[in-house]
Amino acid sequence: MPLYHNDDQAMLKDSVAPFVAEQAPVSHLRKLRDKADETGFSRDLWKQFTEMGLPGMLVPEAHGGLGMGHMEAGIVLEEIGRNLTPSPFLATSVGAVAALAQAGGTQAGRWLPAIASGEAIVALAIDEGPKHRPDRVATTATRSGNGFRLDGRKDFVLHGHVADMSIVSARTDGGITLFAVPKDASGVTADPRRLVDSSLASHVRFDGVELDADAVIGEVDAGEDVLNALLAATRTGAAAEMVGVGQGAMDMTVNYLKERKQFGKLIGEFQALQHRAAHLYGEMEVARATVMKAQQLLDEGSEGAKLMVSVAKAKAGRAANLAVREGVQMHGGIGMTDEYDIGLYMKRDRALAEFMGDVHYHIDQVARMNGY
Amino acid sequence: MSDLDAFRAEVRNWLEANCPPEMREPVRDEDDVCWGGRKFEFKNDAQKQWLERCVEKGYTVPDWPKPYGGAGLTPEQTKVLKQEMARINARPPLQSFGIWMLGPALLKFGTEEQKVHYLNQIARGEIRWCQGYSEPGSGSDLVSLQTYGDDQGDHWVVNGSKIWTSYADKADWIFCLVRTDKTNKYQGITFMLFDMESPGVSTKPILLISGNSPFCETFFDDVKVPKDQFVGEVNRGWDVAKYLLGHEREMISGGGAGGDMLSIGALFAKSLGRNEAGELDDPILRAEMAAFDTEVFAYRAMGERFMDMWKTGRAHPASSNMMKYVGTELNKRRYELVMAGGGSEALEWDSEETKGGARARSWLRTKANSIEGGTSEVMLNVIAKRILDLPGA
Repeated sequence: MPLYHNDDQAMLKDSVAPFVAEQAPVSHLRKLRDKADETGFSRDLWKQFTEMGLPGMLVPEAHGGLGMGHMEAGIVLEEIGRNLTPSPFLATSVGAVAALAQAGGTQAGRWLPAIASGEAIVALAIDEGPKHRPDRVATTATRSGNGFRLDGRKDFVLHGHVADMSIVSARTDGGITLFAVPKDASGVTADPRRLVDSSLASHVRFDGVELDADAVIGEVDAGEDVLNALLAATRTGAAAEMVGVGQGAMDMTVNYLKERKQFGKLIGEFQALQHRAAHLYGEMEVARATVMKAQQLLDEGSEGAKLMVSVAKAKAGRAANLAVREGVQMHGGIGMTDEYDIGLYMKRDRALAEFMGDVHYHIDQVARMNGY
Repeated sequence: MSDLDAFRAEVRNWLEANCPPEMREPVRDEDDVCWGGRKFEFKNDAQKQWLERCVEKGYTVPDWPKPYGGAGLTPEQTKVLKQEMARINARPPLQSFGIWMLGPALLKFGTEEQKVHYLNQIARGEIRWCQGYSEPGSGSDLVSLQTYGDDQGDHWVVNGSKIWTSYADKADWIFCLVRTDKTNKYQGITFMLFDMESPGVSTKPILLISGNSPFCETFFDDVKVPKDQFVGEVNRGWDVAKYLLGHEREMISGGGAGGDMLSIGALFAKSLGRNEAGELDDPILRAEMAAFDTEVFAYRAMGERFMDMWKTGRAHPASSNMMKYVGTELNKRRYELVMAGGGSEALEWDSEETKGGARARSWLRTKANSIEGGTSEVMLNVIAKRILDLPGA
């Protein structure tokens, strides 16, 4: 498969890009932020997403979805990134769907159709502590009655306070197991915090939460494959969203270079800025290609996907971070004002950079996967 | 099975039967590279055989049309052939400036007669070409070149000199930018072709910081060039040159980070040792190598996307400048790490154990990557102007 969008994917982009830009531009984020919205996203907008079939893009057709791939989901995520749209799409429609589809079984049958129909929001309760270390799981699920008893605490759970279900990783006797924990389960407390990018992420406590045996996603003690599917999909998706954030910031900045005058010249005439903008262009192009390669390998179910996913998350992280830093710097004083959007891009980039492993985590993964 | 799968199977079988085992070893030094040409001496029979078999099949230039010596493969088929060759570590049967640069220029600008004549010679490795672009006074500002061709009716008389002419002392013919109108800077240059054995042509190798002399100064002293030996139109050679520079950038970027895909960290973990956790036993160097490896894997994806888009006309015409810039900067970074990983051993200049200071010499050689074929700074200028459309650039 060539590494560019085919005709169907180009058509998808042509319909999604104007839709997101019209319905949820940066001003949409500002509105939610300024009224201190407590949901973290607009349910009306999610309804519109549903009318377009977007929440179920990755859901297999047998479960009521569109059965598309990561390349297609990436198209939506890039637009979400470019417009800084608050949305449960990444966690629910990409991460959760990947895990449930990989696991199959009862939970897949229950939640995949609900995600596809736009009824269910799902959160990913994976992290413990401020840094992403998905293999270090202190949360425990111990056998109790016919099911399990869940104890522990998860952090950085996006949409955790409003999600209809959370996918929770927990240590069981012989390994790691993933559980579907419904919103109304007793003993679950979500403590939402407003983050730098105005999104809401929760510290979630599980105090003796009683779960049925069929709450297990996949098999007991064998949650690693399901977790890996979740992580690969979410990391790739976050990388795609970062490409959108970086591209949005870069486009805005390049336009500004063509408008702003100092010393009687457009500042874009200064070679000092031209070279930095051109360098940024190269970094963004490489990041985009890398993310597409990761999407392609995931869609093919290739062995090499895992390495490329880490490469993509790291490279998109580097490039988008450069884009927002150069963006603020090249905007000068107004780049520091709340009125201008460039600062919002910097904030979103920071949150996405941390989500599902930062640049350093993934570079370390690259070293490990290459045996050093 | 799709047509492409069938093609892959066919290629795999053919390679299995025809690529000699010696040609599946990594290229170790300059001797291992087959450049072709009148003066070329094959290192061994395998090298000769591999070239001949590929020539017969059109695989030295697989995507060129068959009448010009190619195999007439589609971009998808060419990619499959490359993948299959890479799978068995097959060496390129033939490398040359004819394939990379003159060929694409002739395919676009040449007459039918020129294509049949010159392209077949290139495809068969019969004529080795060199490129006469830069002059002592015209580096980045190439269009200021002064070598002059005086119109004498049925021929030009060319006088002047070129510099940085790669392997001019080994080449048979030169494709050369010559001023034919002193009053018009851009539309006063003709893209000429002539034999390096023409009376009045002389070359002098330049000793570089690497201790090697791959580049020459080339002097033209009343060299007669017949009037039918030019590409495109008289005085419109700059169009050909610009087009060709795009290919040169493509080549340099592809050969830079794209060429060697081994993880540098994995390579040096063997020589530098590992700690108890199995990690390369120098945490900061490990981190730098891992960051570099990440960039290389990313650039590999970029190279694939660029080629997919370039071959199907989807790429921005100036995007080869970006590839060249990113690829060459990455290759320089690779050799900084190669030297750091090699430590004092990599400093040895002529010992047998270091194959005559191969690492140190390569490290120094890579510094030219971001100078030749347009400096990094010129690449950034072009990106700023042609892709980002920045003002006054």
